[in-house]
Amino acid sequence: MHKAFESRVRLGIMSALAVNDELDFSSLKEFLGVTDGNLATHIKKLSKLNFIDEEKSFIDNKPNTKYFMTGEGKKAFNNHLKILEQIIKSQK
Amino acid sequence: MEEQRDYSQDLAEIRSMMERSSKFLSLSGLAGVMAGIYAIAGAWIAHSVLEFTPRTFSSGYTQSVSGSSNLTQLILLALLILMLAIGTAIGFSYRKANKRGESIWNATSKRLLGSISVPLFTGGFLVMILLAKNSIGLIMPITLIFYGLALYNASKFSYEEVKYLGMIQIVLGLLSVWFSVYGLLFWVVGFGAAHIVYGIFIHMRYER
Repeated sequence: MHKAFESRVRLGIMSALAVNDELDFSSLKEFLGVTDGNLATHIKKLSKLNFIDEEKSFIDNKPNTKYFMTGEGKKAFNNHLKILEQIIKSQK
Repeated sequence: MEEQRDYSQDLAEIRSMMERSSKFLSLSGLAGVMAGIYAIAGAWIAHSVLEFTPRTFSSGYTQSVSGSSNLTQLILLALLILMLAIGTAIGFSYRKANKRGESIWNATSKRLLGSISVPLFTGGFLVMILLAKNSIGLIMPITLIFYGLALYNASKFSYEEVKYLGMIQIVLGLLSVWFSVYGLLFWVVGFGAAHIVYGIFIHMRYER
């Protein structure tokens, strides 16, 4: 099991990005209900692992960063889901 | 045992996050009930005060209206109902979103509106063109059909029940083209009764 998914916040980020093509910082923050600093830390960790990537742009001259899952991230996340299911099944 | 609980909790949270981040679930059921009541009240006013019966409009589908002042009043009445329904939907959903700690203007509500708007505006423009061309008989069925298409399209981004509400409107719209004499009745069933039943269902199921 990948260590990246031990944190509920990181798991949450990956879940939200699994069903959305891309999401900006404030959307992620709203869905997860965490502070800016906390979210930024977890995003950094996932970026370092190459599970998510970002796309910077400007909306009305304000910087807007959108995050999306990379192919590698998708693979890891799906793998994690499979493992979770197996564990739960075997424990029943 | 401790670990087992943890993992199913993980899976539950993944599922909940996927739903929360892709569906706008602050759509108020009570607003649906109110919209239905407005529609019925509006249809009643149209029928008994403005003496509107589809028969006078729909014979031959192109016949112009006898009193054009009545038509203007009908259009104003329809617009008033539409604004009331939209206003109530926004107000009630705003309250519901606040309660759920969600913003009413977020990624999911934007997507919901996006998916509603194409069929809805297409229908709206079609209605305006028909008005301009004086082909009034088809307008009521068209509002039902395009509203139904909009709902069906939007259901991906909200409650699944929205899909069934959409299908009901489409079927009622088609039927009201066929049985044009009962146009107003189909319209009342679609925009009135169906909204009320849907709203009560959503309220009982998700809002208590």
